[in-house]
Amino acid sequence: MSQTNSWEEEVEAIADNIRRRVLDLTIEKQGCYLSQALSCADILATLYAKVLRLGPSEGSQIPPAFPGVPGEDGADYGFGAAYNGPQGSGFDRLLISPAHYAVAIYATLIEVGRMAPESLSQFNTDGSTLEMIGAEHSPGFELTTGSFGQALSQAGGIAMARKRRGEAGRVFVFMSDGELEEGQTWEAIQALAFHKIDNVVVCVDVNGQQVDGLTKDVMNIEPIDARIDAFGGVAVKVDGHDVGEIEAAIGNTEHPDRPLFVLCYTNTSQGVPLLDERKPHLHYVRFKSDAEEADFKRFLAGWERSAC
Amino acid sequence: MELVNKVHEHNLVAWAKDRPSVMVLSGDLTGSTEISLFKQTYPDRFVSMGMAEQNMLSWAGGLAREGFVPFLHTFAVFLYRRPLDQLQMSVCYPSLPVRLVGFLPGISTPGGVTHQAIEDLSVLRGIPNLTILEVGDATDVESVLDLTEDIEGPVYLRMLRGEIPRLFPQSERLRLNRARVLRAGADIALLSTGLCTEQAMRVTGLLEARGVSISHLHITTIKPFTDPTVLSALQKARHGIITMENHNVIGGLGTCAAEMMAGAGIGKPLVRIGIKDTYCQGASLPYLMRKHELDALGLVTAVEKLLGEKLGISEADLADAPAEQAAPLSAEQLEAL
Repeated sequence: MSQTNSWEEEVEAIADNIRRRVLDLTIEKQGCYLSQALSCADILATLYAKVLRLGPSEGSQIPPAFPGVPGEDGADYGFGAAYNGPQGSGFDRLLISPAHYAVAIYATLIEVGRMAPESLSQFNTDGSTLEMIGAEHSPGFELTTGSFGQALSQAGGIAMARKRRGEAGRVFVFMSDGELEEGQTWEAIQALAFHKIDNVVVCVDVNGQQVDGLTKDVMNIEPIDARIDAFGGVAVKVDGHDVGEIEAAIGNTEHPDRPLFVLCYTNTSQGVPLLDERKPHLHYVRFKSDAEEADFKRFLAGWERSAC
Repeated sequence: MELVNKVHEHNLVAWAKDRPSVMVLSGDLTGSTEISLFKQTYPDRFVSMGMAEQNMLSWAGGLAREGFVPFLHTFAVFLYRRPLDQLQMSVCYPSLPVRLVGFLPGISTPGGVTHQAIEDLSVLRGIPNLTILEVGDATDVESVLDLTEDIEGPVYLRMLRGEIPRLFPQSERLRLNRARVLRAGADIALLSTGLCTEQAMRVTGLLEARGVSISHLHITTIKPFTDPTVLSALQKARHGIITMENHNVIGGLGTCAAEMMAGAGIGKPLVRIGIKDTYCQGASLPYLMRKHELDALGLVTAVEKLLGEKLGISEADLADAPAEQAAPLSAEQLEAL
């Protein structure tokens, strides 16, 4: 055993901290999009801490109040992306598609040093940009994507523009699996393949759950890899909690002239097995009784002790 | 009256020559939306998006975020009905310079109900950040692209294609939020848009000969709708106001006028010529214009209704009355408005 931690251990520690931070917030706020953070933490940690080529954050450590909507005399569009650093040749972009994952994005920005930990007290408070369902003014967001399935098409336009300018740098899209039910997603894959947009890398959190229950019971989307292949993309399946697998799939998969989809199969209770009994209804977690809340508090306290 | 062919087709190519950020996105209607010449001239700036409008709208938003100015070309209906959410969230919320060039608005399509954008203005006027324009002649078409250049946010344009009349002198360029004043008079203020303006111009002279004095304003900016010239005309109309549009009477030009009148406390009768809150059948334009009374004779009926008297203008009278190119009004005439 070497004395220094491997990159995998460092990324796993970040993912663990994301989960713990969101559980803590869930208890404080009496409810949150917890399961999404649990399923995607390893994906976001791998992207931010290992894969993405990003410059230093250009956002404030403490996000300023909501500056107004875009438009005449309004704010600029897409300024939440300042937390991902400068844009331009050589830099990667990260576009968040499922805006309901906002709390996971905010927690990730904190864990990788792009936003101050105390910022999270703004979460879902009036006048803050840290909205529960984020939009393009929210830290880490570049697009307004709470209506699902639109980010991938916008990524196509952005990636096409970057290719036209001869820019180096990839356009990453973070998606949820439920969005694969939207027709627009398939229009987008078809167009990405048709226009040979190969600077797009999509990481999908395939957690197999949506609001009404298990995805396979609500509207089946499998086999996802075969469907994506048939539409002209390249799909790779990985264990979404194995940071080495995620990194390798992004780094080692050849996909000339085609967009790459890394299908990260995940567990919505990863790190918090207490949630297992509530599956598959985990879209928005709030505690049903004082006793249940006490269980989660005890669990968190034990987790925090073991992490020290 | 002069008819000009494929005005947009040629104008777009000339206009885009020194504007390398201009791109054209086609929704599988390249020949039908007059962009074949663009495709041929600038193949690198022409992007085929197929029949997938939701993707096309969002894709355009992505291009616009990166500094390109995408001009989306398809039939008007396909720009807002199917992809309304994408139009709003991928384009209008971020207020991006996407240009939606909508062909065959209202009943001007040879297609049927699936192709008739009869409620686009009603749907789109409620969307923040969106500017809405409608052209009515060759000069409008030739100057409307220049006009979009100063608009930072998205623009929806009700476009004309094929052989279109030149109603206004070529030197009289379109201006944003400024009506074209075609005639000044005291009895009635008439606001018209799109191809209804030509119909109105066929009959305003005859009406004046019958002693009805009309202010006729051709409206090209539907949103914003704050032109002081229009307000002044509404205020000065002695007997009332008529609006005339190739659109449902709900939510379009007639509603714009009603809102302006109510806001300014103008208590006069308003007669709205338009599609009377009904879907329409697919048929020829003259047939549908007659059936829905959007034509010159429809205007005569509206004037008679407003004045409460018959004017004795027949279809035969109108057959001999083509729209004449409007001469610019004198300063004195404009003052009278």
